[in-house]
Amino acid sequence: MIYLNLFINFFQIGLFSFGGGYAVLPIIQNKIVETMNWINMSEFSHIIVISQITPGPIGINCATFTGNKIAGYLGGLISTFGCIVPSCIIVGLLALFYKKYNNVSIMQNILKILRPVSVGLIAAACGAIVLLTIFNKENLPVNLNDFNLIATILIGVCLFVLRKWKINGIFVILASGLVGSIAFYFCS
Amino acid sequence: MNNKSKTNIVKHKSIRFYFKLFLSTLILSAFTIGGGYVIVALMQKKFVSKYKWITEKEMLDYVAIGQSAPGVLAINVSILIGYNLAGVLGAVITIFGTIIPPLVIIGVVSYFYTYLQDNIWFKSIMLGLQCGVAAIMIDVVINMIKNIVKDKNVLMTILMIISFILIMFLQVNVIVIILASILLGILITLKKRGIKK
Repeated sequence: MIYLNLFINFFQIGLFSFGGGYAVLPIIQNKIVETMNWINMSEFSHIIVISQITPGPIGINCATFTGNKIAGYLGGLISTFGCIVPSCIIVGLLALFYKKYNNVSIMQNILKILRPVSVGLIAAACGAIVLLTIFNKENLPVNLNDFNLIATILIGVCLFVLRKWKINGIFVILASGLVGSIAFYFCS
Repeated sequence: MNNKSKTNIVKHKSIRFYFKLFLSTLILSAFTIGGGYVIVALMQKKFVSKYKWITEKEMLDYVAIGQSAPGVLAINVSILIGYNLAGVLGAVITIFGTIIPPLVIIGVVSYFYTYLQDNIWFKSIMLGLQCGVAAIMIDVVINMIKNIVKDKNVLMTILMIISFILIMFLQVNVIVIILASILLGILITLKKRGIKK
């Protein structure tokens, strides 16, 4: 039963992604790409790209897109709901605690530990995307013959621009898409 | 919730109020690229400064709770806003307001994606965009690492490095790492309470 399976997997994704934004990516990669093999890493990277250039929270975009990809529109809807059901329950419980004690100290201690851990996880997800972009393979060891010089330069330039001038990310992505598409098309 | 805001809510509770609540979350979600914190900042602008439905302090509480809970931050905050303004119905309205735009937009995009997936131009464009996204992720990760290292807490820095190594080089399951961290957080809390007593 694909729908039930989708719901259960995205429920876990919603339940274990702490830290907002990109925190959902390592878990989606683990569950949907590596464990369930529903999509491959290249499709996953496309999902991230599309989530970044369309409006809405990245977690929801990823859930909808992955669900759509695996089981059509109903799949997208079910994945999205699976992803937000844990939020509803836990936010409700925390709000109750918060009202009663005006703090959520045990949760804050847990988060203190989770914050650096989640940075490590996001860094690893980022590493996978960078490897995939440059070597067309998301995990080590990579084949050095696959090294993509244009992609490396493009990433370097984008990063330089981002760190130097703090430009809105969307413009950097679109500019990179424009330059990259021409370069990659004529070099392949 | 204090009395003042309660009376405020009662006054606002009409079909028009629900519609306005739905429309504002819908518009915020439909026009904010980047998600998460960007949407939350705009929610604050709209619900605190413009409509004055919730106070600044309440909004800060919602963000604190929203960040403590797992899942998508924008959803967590919109659940809290909706629930505190108009109960379960309010939460349902704000959830739908937030998820409908991505559902529709991504629905359309994934329809085209299936057809374009193998097109060489499309692949080139995606790879170009992917370079930009990779750069943004590196940028975000650098900032996050800086924030952790800045605190000069050795334990936190080590935890960050260990979790990175476990995933990147040893392919340990993400959920195992998160559960272990939660356990560690609980143990630290219990230990601190033990010392206080």
